[in-house]
Amino acid sequence: MGIHVIKMPDLGEGIAEVEVVAWHVQPGDTVREDQVLADVMTDKATVEIPSPVAGTITSLGGAIGQSLAVGAELIRLEVAGAGNVSADKARKEPVQSGAATAPAEEVAEPQLEAVAAHASAAPAPAAAPAKPTPAPAAKPAPARSGAGAGAPLRADGEKPLAPPAVRLRAWDLGVELQFVPGSGPAGRITHADLDAHVAGRRGGAANGAMDERYAEQHGEHATQIIGLRRKIAEKMQEAKRNIPHFTYVEEVDVTELEALRLQLNARYGQERGKLTLLPLLMRAVVLALRSYPMMSARYDDEANTLTTYDAAHIGIAAQTESGLMVPVVRHAESRDPWSSAAEIARLAEAARSGKATRDELTGSTITITSLGALGGIVTTPVINRPEVAIVGVNRIVDRPVIRDGAMVARKMMNLSSSFDHRVIDGMVAAQFVQSIRGYLEFPATLFVE
Amino acid sequence: METINTTLLIIGGGPAGYVAGIRAGQLGIPTVLVEGAQPGGTCLNIGCIPSKALIHAADEYAKTVHYAAQTSPLGIRVEAPSIDLDKTVAWKDGIVKRLTGGVGALLKKQGVRVVRGWARVLDGKTVEVQPHEGSGQEPVRIRCEHMLLASGSHAVELPFMPFGGPVISSTEALSLSEVPRRMVVVGAGYIGLELGTAFRKLGSQVTVVEAAERILPAYDADLVKPVASSLERLGVEVRLATSVLGMEGERVKVRDASGVEAYLEADRVLVAVGRKPATTGWGLEHLMLDMDGRAVKVDEQCRTSMRNVWAIGDLTGEPMLAHRAMAQGEMVAEIIAGKRRWFHPAAIPAVCYTDPEIVVAGMSPGEAAAAGIDAISASFPFSANGRAMTIESTDGFVRVVARKDNHLILGWQAVGVGVAELAAGFTQSIELGAQLEDVARTIHAHPTLGEAVQEAALRALGHALHI
Repeated sequence: MGIHVIKMPDLGEGIAEVEVVAWHVQPGDTVREDQVLADVMTDKATVEIPSPVAGTITSLGGAIGQSLAVGAELIRLEVAGAGNVSADKARKEPVQSGAATAPAEEVAEPQLEAVAAHASAAPAPAAAPAKPTPAPAAKPAPARSGAGAGAPLRADGEKPLAPPAVRLRAWDLGVELQFVPGSGPAGRITHADLDAHVAGRRGGAANGAMDERYAEQHGEHATQIIGLRRKIAEKMQEAKRNIPHFTYVEEVDVTELEALRLQLNARYGQERGKLTLLPLLMRAVVLALRSYPMMSARYDDEANTLTTYDAAHIGIAAQTESGLMVPVVRHAESRDPWSSAAEIARLAEAARSGKATRDELTGSTITITSLGALGGIVTTPVINRPEVAIVGVNRIVDRPVIRDGAMVARKMMNLSSSFDHRVIDGMVAAQFVQSIRGYLEFPATLFVE
Repeated sequence: METINTTLLIIGGGPAGYVAGIRAGQLGIPTVLVEGAQPGGTCLNIGCIPSKALIHAADEYAKTVHYAAQTSPLGIRVEAPSIDLDKTVAWKDGIVKRLTGGVGALLKKQGVRVVRGWARVLDGKTVEVQPHEGSGQEPVRIRCEHMLLASGSHAVELPFMPFGGPVISSTEALSLSEVPRRMVVVGAGYIGLELGTAFRKLGSQVTVVEAAERILPAYDADLVKPVASSLERLGVEVRLATSVLGMEGERVKVRDASGVEAYLEADRVLVAVGRKPATTGWGLEHLMLDMDGRAVKVDEQCRTSMRNVWAIGDLTGEPMLAHRAMAQGEMVAEIIAGKRRWFHPAAIPAVCYTDPEIVVAGMSPGEAAAAGIDAISASFPFSANGRAMTIESTDGFVRVVARKDNHLILGWQAVGVGVAELAAGFTQSIELGAQLEDVARTIHAHPTLGEAVQEAALRALGHALHI
């Protein structure tokens, strides 16, 4: 058992004192994690203090109406495991429950013998204090109890004592010496203590063995966000900051479309190239735009001008080695699926090899984004500003669907589309997506007008 | 204008800057160091080294005078000694030149480019360096990723008694061409007492004026006592609780605590009332860094409030000590090289080259008490040390302070001839986390002054052998 002390949290805005307005627990109560323990009040608000741990309340830090300083002890709990207070410190203050404390004379005992035992069996002291009865045979070195659990071993403000060479190694290893038990005289931390701590950290307290799989990692790698990545970052931030997005997701039955696509590929694949779903979707978008021309648009929010385009310059979001690029299939309305497919392939290759021209990367009026097989169930695409709509394609999966009262397997795909709510109303967006869905579910309408 | 691009730019080639430069060079960081005067800074040129050289010369001369007076029990006889201060100063300058040249060579060896001239900060990444007039060199602009500020400190000037004419700072005092007949020293801190004592030994009539109630106010009374008696023995007049009002002709006007005014005749007036960080005159204000009083505020990694701008040494305030500055410089170079480092020394020793010397490391008994630590302390006098007797220097003692509960050593103080050299052992024992028993059970060579260190630890444990 360990002692966990909850301190009055810093509620911000320079507040130094906080008043306790209600206790929801009493000493002796058993509390769950996240259970509300107390209400405290600043001059701005009343705040509930939840318990970060499960345990038994042993003492309350003050009476109702009392003001406590930020950082003052609010509640003391007895918890399973090590708690957050070193056993040494916990003993100094009056704790009603007599459990978990070793006899006082052991505390004063110099640690020399315990040290030897500790060095050979690092995890042992961590377990020892859990015994509720004082065990005179085992001498848990008080300052080191709870080491395995990563609890501070020293009183607040007390510095860990370690020779310079040990400090240097600890820095290099990324070890906080505050958490390393010191086996040397006067609690001095030795190289062996550091080794034991690192080994314990790697292997966990249970087996003490070295296990790289569970090693804590302490690397930090700063990367300068430059070039294309910075462009992307800026564009994304601008888009999210300026555009109130809303995303509409609809399910599309693409069984027929897939059948048609396979048929077309079987028949014309050799001479015209194979079709993916994308050029068919582009065709559906082009057809839907005839009824919803406001979707092929660019919105200059500074000039308050929405320009709609009769053409459909469809941006195709493409992943390249250095990041996301959006090459543009110009005048998609003038292309049949095979022509679109060829253009997509050409642009994608240009983008990936870094040879895409500025013209090929700008001027889109609506964008389609697809992660193909990784399309997921739902996405929330970010609009390619200053456009007003983006159509996201999710993965095609076989799903059971009720048709004519019977359950059948159908190829289902979601479209997740985002719109600029400043200029596109929800109803119009929904109708636009339904229109696309209509073309995709009855694929003949893509070709027969 | 030529533009130099570098990773690390160091402004100032004193102990802080040049050590940072050497370490950065070792770690492969492209480094440029800008120095307006000679490398080595205050320490090598006008501080630690030349003052110790002068103090040594004064000691040697004082010995001969002592022998000539035929009061020495050693039976040495000398006829009418004299000193040619010009020659002494030339000898001192030779040492300084050798050391500053050595620093230049060390920097060169590590591939650090040294740009001579005064740097002017334009922004946190750029400085402009104006070459010395007549050097025929063009100004250069230096751009860097990391800027390390190490501009050091200046002697504080009294507004009503500016430097010039007879009023001098320690810098001029170290290069006088003749021994002044009458010298007034303003300030009984370590600089004033070190130089005042040296000039007394060289033959000046010296009066030290101090506004506080005692000399060396930074040190506890027991430590200072042997220094006070020595000053009296040497014939240095010490006027405590006395303020300096200004110069009137060749006289210094002073007023004591009871309001009585007096005039002190002086050929030279050495003003040694402290040092202040060199924060003005080189564009530092453009960076608008957070300050800590007169010093640039830094965190425990010597970062200033501006990203990738670092400050070390005297510029960052007290304690203004060369060895602290060097440690900070080494650390910052390592941090810039990607290592995880903090400036967390367990103790920074300090030495006064007064007669006798004072050395401290870690906490004094008073400081331990103020920190709420239940501490024990014990001292061992040199009057019970054999080696001290053989060098006619039995004044002084070694004192240890340790925690009562676990005997962890918290601090050491000593006063006595030659005790400055004990600083190494003192600081090592604190950094290594030694207990009294560690020192008490270490065999100390006999006969040495260091035996007093062991005996102090033994005495704290209650069983000193030789007292």
